Amino acid sequence: MNDQGGVLLQIAIGFAAISMIAVGGGIAVVPEMNRLVVDVHGWMSDARFAQLFALAQAAPGPNVLVVGLIGWQVAGLTGMLVATLAMTGPAGLFAFGFSKLRGRLAGARWLRIVEKGLVPIAVGLIFSSGVILAQGAAHPAGPGTAISVLAVCLTVFSTLFVWLTDRSPLWVLVIGAVAGALLL
Amino acid sequence: MPDVRPPAFQPTVAQLFLTYLKIGLVGFGGVNAWARRVLVEEKRWLTEQEYAEVLGLGQVLPGPNALNVAIQLGDRFRGGPGALATTIGLFGGPLVVLMGLAILHDAYGEVPLVKAVLAGTAATAAGMILGTALKMATKLKPSLPIIAVGIAALIGGAALRLPLPYIVLGLAPFGIAAAWWTMKARA
Repeated sequence: MNDQGGVLLQIAIGFAAISMIAVGGGIAVVPEMNRLVVDVHGWMSDARFAQLFALAQAAPGPNVLVVGLIGWQVAGLTGMLVATLAMTGPAGLFAFGFSKLRGRLAGARWLRIVEKGLVPIAVGLIFSSGVILAQGAAHPAGPGTAISVLAVCLTVFSTLFVWLTDRSPLWVLVIGAVAGALLL
Repeated sequence: MPDVRPPAFQPTVAQLFLTYLKIGLVGFGGVNAWARRVLVEEKRWLTEQEYAEVLGLGQVLPGPNALNVAIQLGDRFRGGPGALATTIGLFGGPLVVLMGLAILHDAYGEVPLVKAVLAGTAATAAGMILGTALKMATKLKPSLPIIAVGIAALIGGAALRLPLPYIVLGLAPFGIAAAWWTMKARA
């Protein structure tokens, strides 16, 4: 299928299916996205996929928006919208249905225990994504290159700033951008 | 229903949209840390515990967890229209930014200054995520078994690099057991 409609359909089905197995978050299924986009359909090279992923990480917003960039690369603006809708629509409806169900069960003791029990996993995984991002950021010239002392200092400074003060983290992002421009 | 606020604290659909638009647009390094910052510290629509719980559910549900959180919160405050408002806010703004960036990136992505700015921002964004995790961990005052489950999730994700579904589904029974134990011990 080479026509535009066929490609859009492939995008829609592919990302909708991937979204429904994305337990733990959209980032959990990046390898599966890579397989769909590079191996199954041959829409782009591995290197291009990595570039788009890095770009989505650098931009604000949910990291899962990398699917929008993939759609854009493959089929322009329509592709971007179709990919984003496919990734968010079915999963969103599922979450909405769950939320309605939860509203009816609210107050049930077992549900309270389940919700409390998921908290440490949520916090542990935020921690873990911070560690992984910090490891990547410590090598600004790319994986395998020298560790940048400045980058590590920026990460440590911003960790302490966010942990110990209630000021907006936007300040440290600005400091990071300026320090990067001047020193990296 | 414990999570429903008195009417004075109910944000309108427009407030939900604007707040989530902001969360999306400032959300460098991933949205969850920023959603916590805005919802818990700035707006005070949720307590630390409530946000952590809704995020925990968002991770177990399939799909992007920031989306799952946005939909649950939108629905709790304002039903279907609220859920739609948070979702469009969360994705709409960043999509426009991303489109612009994609065009610019093709033209300027290899300019050294742009790379340096992105590298500096990435380093501080990583610290922002780490600081948020530390803040949540200290404010939630977890019991020892809960801490153990959290550390297991951290090791599974950061050191062992296990796929996230394995971590979430594998640790959920232990987390639930730890929460049950904690409830009994503190009762």
